[in-house]
Amino acid sequence: MGPAASRPRLELRGISKSFPGTKANDNVDFTVLPGEIHALLGENGAGKSTLVKIIYGVLRADAGDILWDSQPVEIQTPKAARALGIGMVFQHFSLFEALTVAENIELGMDDPGDRRTLHARISALAEQYNLPLEPGRHVHTLSVGEKQRIEIIRALLQDPKLLIMDEPTSVLTPQEAEALLGTLRRLADEGRSILYISHKLEEVIALCHRATILRGGKVVADCDPAKESPRSMAELMIGTRLTPPKRTAIEAAGPERLVIEHLSAEPPDQFGTALRNIGLTVRGGEIVGIAGVAGNGQNELMAFLSGEQRAPAAEMIRIGGTPAGLLGPNRRRDLSAAFVPEERIGHAAVPDMSLVENAVLTGHRTAGFVSRGFMLLRLAGQFAQRVCDGFKVRHPGIQHAAGSLSGGNLQKYVIGREIQQEPKLLVAMQPTWGVDSGAAAAIQQALIDLAGRGAAVLVISQDLDELLAISHRIAVLYSGRLSPPRPTDQFTIEEIGLLMAGHGAAGAADQEGRSAA
Amino acid sequence: MIRLVPRQEVAPAMVYLSPVIALAATVLFGLILFAILGFPPLDPLFNFFVKPLLGPSGITNLLLKATPLILIAIGLSMGFRANVWNIGAEGQYTIGAVFAGGLALAFYDIDTPLLLPGMIVFGILGGMAWAAIPAFLRTRFNTSELLTSLMLVYVATQVLLYLVHGPWKDPDGFAFPETRLFHDAATLPRLWSGTRLNLGWPLALIAVFAAWIVMGRSLIGFQIRVSGAAPTAARFAGFSERRVIWLTLMIGGGLAGLSGMIEVSGTIGQLVPIISPGYGFTAIIVAFLGRLNPIGILFAGLLMALSFLGGEMVQIENGLPRSVGGLFQGMLLFFLLASDVLMNYRIVRVRTKHAQVATS
Repeated sequence: MGPAASRPRLELRGISKSFPGTKANDNVDFTVLPGEIHALLGENGAGKSTLVKIIYGVLRADAGDILWDSQPVEIQTPKAARALGIGMVFQHFSLFEALTVAENIELGMDDPGDRRTLHARISALAEQYNLPLEPGRHVHTLSVGEKQRIEIIRALLQDPKLLIMDEPTSVLTPQEAEALLGTLRRLADEGRSILYISHKLEEVIALCHRATILRGGKVVADCDPAKESPRSMAELMIGTRLTPPKRTAIEAAGPERLVIEHLSAEPPDQFGTALRNIGLTVRGGEIVGIAGVAGNGQNELMAFLSGEQRAPAAEMIRIGGTPAGLLGPNRRRDLSAAFVPEERIGHAAVPDMSLVENAVLTGHRTAGFVSRGFMLLRLAGQFAQRVCDGFKVRHPGIQHAAGSLSGGNLQKYVIGREIQQEPKLLVAMQPTWGVDSGAAAAIQQALIDLAGRGAAVLVISQDLDELLAISHRIAVLYSGRLSPPRPTDQFTIEEIGLLMAGHGAAGAADQEGRSAA
Repeated sequence: MIRLVPRQEVAPAMVYLSPVIALAATVLFGLILFAILGFPPLDPLFNFFVKPLLGPSGITNLLLKATPLILIAIGLSMGFRANVWNIGAEGQYTIGAVFAGGLALAFYDIDTPLLLPGMIVFGILGGMAWAAIPAFLRTRFNTSELLTSLMLVYVATQVLLYLVHGPWKDPDGFAFPETRLFHDAATLPRLWSGTRLNLGWPLALIAVFAAWIVMGRSLIGFQIRVSGAAPTAARFAGFSERRVIWLTLMIGGGLAGLSGMIEVSGTIGQLVPIISPGYGFTAIIVAFLGRLNPIGILFAGLLMALSFLGGEMVQIENGLPRSVGGLFQGMLLFFLLASDVLMNYRIVRVRTKHAQVATS
């Protein structure tokens, strides 16, 4: 199945690129053959995205050569890259919600041609590559998976010889991901090369012919994924042994810390998702995971839980037995609840403020950092220092701005800030999103330890692997409805995937609106 | 072609040095300007920057002029830190003066030591009342306070004009559009006899000190800063946006109203059609020149006051047009913004090539 040995489609020789303070790419050599699916692996900050941006003409290398079909080229702009035959599907879509599929595709093309032909070409490609899509549909009515197909078709319309895919399956259900892998294999069989960026190593093993692993801007390995294990590749990526988090069994079911009952609510903004009769109980000592593809009500649920949005009725959300649906964030923190929103910068933390002041952000009531209206900055400073020490946050100093920390370290700080206050309930959304695997393991272990000390932990995440690793029970959010939670070991990935796609047989079964704990 | 590239690290000293550099550049370009106009350049420059400070009343005149600028800018800066864009301080100042002046006229015949504190309270309340309109519209209907506060400036001006031309006109004033002169009991006491400096200046210093403490140390100041720097984080922290909008508009309006009271009670001594040379607007420049920092505003207010006085001085001494004062204000702001940009960004020359793709 592997590509026949031939002249490389793309060859990079000695590519280097520096940013002030860091060397993002250091003398990178790397070759992609025609018809090859080539994985590019590495931690955050390993230099993957810099390298891809150089290939796609977004950035220019400081040194090194790019050879395309054995000819040296200079790729100055993305347009030039497309002209050569390089297409890219970004992780974040750039689509206009109010326009149709075809209109969006047309807008993104350098030379769209006339509209009727375009419609026909879209339909033909959709048929040929098993990417079902109606050109006339409005984008805001589509699922995330369908939106991604728009981006793929937009790239395929340029007839690319090299297609760059950036974390394409991170937003898909397992079944959608499987279908996409099929499409990619078909593209490769036609002789197109695919540069595949992913952190899902099982997927890389199943799909890719070769893998190049970057660490600290350098190529540390060039391997055949079929001969590797996910663990061996992960260890190459981080350069040390990986200690996966260990989930502990619940010794005894603790008291009900969070009870959500019949929570139905209209979304706060018009493009949001309405929540429909959500019911869930989280007890002390357990971690409950809420799986689901983004945009199915996660943000809305989080806002209603944290108190940034008030629920329609007080009884819909009970924290520690107290009806809390109508309380604001402060009063909920008084009930020993803590929250970690998805977005670190500007939501969980103020980037321009020091770590000390960011400690005051959520500790101004519960941690006693305020007395008679004045901040006790020394106390907050000691707290911030304890968080940094306890959670191994690498930082230039607690008086430095939160924005000066790397994403992973800031996330450790944000999680640590909440855990340090020893909440009885912690609701965390995407706790390891965009965090390297070393930091992710530490964060997951901290959540497990918190539950071990008797707290109830609710994790809302799109990362199914993470939920399977740490949760005792899992429920799936789809289109504003929550499936009844089930113990993790009684769930198969296929079942979860079906629920994520809205095909669950049990989808409507939650008639009571409250599941058995 | 040149491009601006963000600097990785900004030297902390530069934050304070940048206004000094801007001032130096302004002086330098002033020299060049005067030379081109055919003056011996040092003479008008001396008249602009130094002469106003000489003489027995030089410094006190400067402080007198700086008082409303600093007071208003302190209030505005708190709002600006919270992204509350009150640019209608001129109107709040006017209504504060009207409230305080109205009280003085109502108790025209009564000599009581309570009148002056009453006028201070009324001045503050007047400014607050005027600022309450944009605050209400913003929190209730999400109307931009930028527009409403600005438009209310012109309404306030008309209110003042109506009163001094109509009901409050001095009956013995030969039909001039002005009120009676306030009594001694309604006049802010002078700090030193022989100067015009009054109790307003220490009030401004107290406001600077209070703002410094509140913004840096208090939870309320923290809420204001978080609301401006990251509104979503403020909501997450449980800080009420409405409260911050009301609070900052009330502080800004109250201090502007107090300034209006100080000006009519301490300096003018009656209500007249024009009671401000644009203090409420110039204070916006002062607030930003002072980096929205209370101590910075203190110095910025003094500098701006000097530019008012210097403009008058070169007009008298060198026969230069009055607009020289405005020119220097403009240059100062321009160089400050420029040095701010260069503090945060560096200039990179970019070579432009024609060939986008060079295949050999």
